[in-house]
Amino acid sequence: MDAIVDLGATRAHRVDPELPILVSGLNHWFGTGEARKQALFDIDLTIDRGQLVILMGPSGSGKTTLLTLIGCLRDVQAGSVSLLGQELNDASEAVLVRQRRRLGFIFQLHNLHESLTAMQNVRMGLEVHGKIASSSWRPAAEHILSLLGLEDRLDYLPANLSGGQKQRVAIARALVGNPDIVFADEPTAALDAESGRHVVEMLKLLGRERGTTTLMVTHDNRILDLADRIVQMQDGRIVEDQMT
Amino acid sequence: MTAMLTRLLGRLPIGWLQLVHKKSRLAAAIAGVAFANILIFMQLGFLGALMESIMLPYRAMDADVLVSASDANTLSDGSNLPRQRMFQALAVSGVEDAIPVYFAKLDWEPAADASVSLHVFGIDPNRAPAFWATEIAEKLNRLRLPDTALLDRKTRNISPAFFDDLASGKARSFEMNNKTIDIVDTVSIGAGFEADGYLFVSDQTFLRLFPSRVSGAPNHVLVNIEPLADRDTVVAALQNALPASDTIVRAFDDAAEADRTYQTTERPVGVVFGFGVIIGVLVGIIIVYQVLSTDVADHLKEYATFKAIGYRQRYFLGIVFEEAAILAVFGFVPGILIALGLYQVVSAVTGLPLVMVAERPPAVLFGTIAMCVFSGAIATRRLAGADPADLF
Repeated sequence: MDAIVDLGATRAHRVDPELPILVSGLNHWFGTGEARKQALFDIDLTIDRGQLVILMGPSGSGKTTLLTLIGCLRDVQAGSVSLLGQELNDASEAVLVRQRRRLGFIFQLHNLHESLTAMQNVRMGLEVHGKIASSSWRPAAEHILSLLGLEDRLDYLPANLSGGQKQRVAIARALVGNPDIVFADEPTAALDAESGRHVVEMLKLLGRERGTTTLMVTHDNRILDLADRIVQMQDGRIVEDQMT
Repeated sequence: MTAMLTRLLGRLPIGWLQLVHKKSRLAAAIAGVAFANILIFMQLGFLGALMESIMLPYRAMDADVLVSASDANTLSDGSNLPRQRMFQALAVSGVEDAIPVYFAKLDWEPAADASVSLHVFGIDPNRAPAFWATEIAEKLNRLRLPDTALLDRKTRNISPAFFDDLASGKARSFEMNNKTIDIVDTVSIGAGFEADGYLFVSDQTFLRLFPSRVSGAPNHVLVNIEPLADRDTVVAALQNALPASDTIVRAFDDAAEADRTYQTTERPVGVVFGFGVIIGVLVGIIIVYQVLSTDVADHLKEYATFKAIGYRQRYFLGIVFEEAAILAVFGFVPGILIALGLYQVVSAVTGLPLVMVAERPPAVLFGTIAMCVFSGAIATRRLAGADPADLF
């Protein structure tokens, strides 16, 4: 079942003009001068549409750095990151903004706005796509929040929600805009086994039905069986890449 | 409010929601903006009071041209003027009439425990009415009797009871400069930074009150021009006719304006109040900047999240401008109310004309909004340059 993919192999299927993720020769450094430290070494990674890919590795291995580089949250220093057919190295702020709007982000910390209710936080995920009539955002936000089991917490402020509930609101905010790619950094860390699995199953279902691609950093062994592919990182390098 | 702002802005009013979410911080921010407003209002009030008080004696007069000694910057300083200048002025074409005005300062003790510094004008009661504002002009005929005076009823340090007694006819004679003077009526001028009040006497009484003064050397000459004459032409003709070595001729309004400029930019008290306004504005700017930049710093993580989702820099500017406008308006309301109260208190205590002129509130409000917006724009620059991932 498990096929180990040759890391350096040329990919025959570079035909999709909007291939979700195509990384080649990516290097990244933090700090300047003496303190400059390389965090990523020659990363090559291609992810196809609709896949659910899990990125694993010990802490400090560069998983989150890679995720934020691909997700337009950090400037690419060296090498190439192509996101949905758009090169990110040297991309203008306008291009970055356009690409970010096609992504859904689930952050390690939920990063909800504490002054906004669950509904309003989800609305922020929709409003970025332009002015929407106040009538049309409500059903969409309500629907996604009920899918995540928060139908009776719609007007709660984050301070009045449990950690798991907050994380689910953040997931709803990421998914409500119908993103092409979902980036998730430890999305299940704050959730119990059952709801963690439920969320990942939702992401997998989105991949199957809408072709949404998911790249997820996780330590959670309970959900590995749902991945289409598991990429292992260590010390800034990809050391293992297996299809499940 | 939230629904209204949502409709107004076409988006969630994040700024408003952020502000009302932390009520105690909102109160502190509003207090800061209000304090900045009060500070600026008070400094403008003091400067305004100085300017206003300078104009008070000018408003009591109603002349077209003021002829003064060439070294006179105000009504109360400078050398005496030869009365000959008045006769020369009367000979200039377009001049209808001219009168001498005698000026002196007088320290007076209206009661055992009170001392006031009066500015005294000596004028001919028969010819002067045409040169003075109605209230004074109508009462000048009462000065025809020797040793009579009109007293400014707004004179500082004199109790209202004094004027009640005066009105009822009790206690009308007072000793001034070792002469007995009857106060026959009152007029309304107002105290200034120099004068506690004003006293009007006839030119004859003036010369008795101040024996060292002579009728041939008044302080100023007031000139009225013929109804159809052009003022600028007459002023130019007077300037030609009178020697510039000892005399300065100015249109009356220009003289008042020059006095105000002199006192606010060259006299210490004016410079001090001018600096007060500058310092007030600077401190106000710093307070507002602190309030806004702290607020942006506190929400940087949330803004970074929005940036990661795909919001543009101008969206955050919008949020900060929204907060800036709300804080500016909410701080302005208590700010102006408290300032108005303080104006009353300071006016009552000092007798100075501290008044809220109509153009001051909008100027301060728009200045505050502009400062809030500017501060917010600077504070959000940190967000513009940073990678979202570095701000979480």
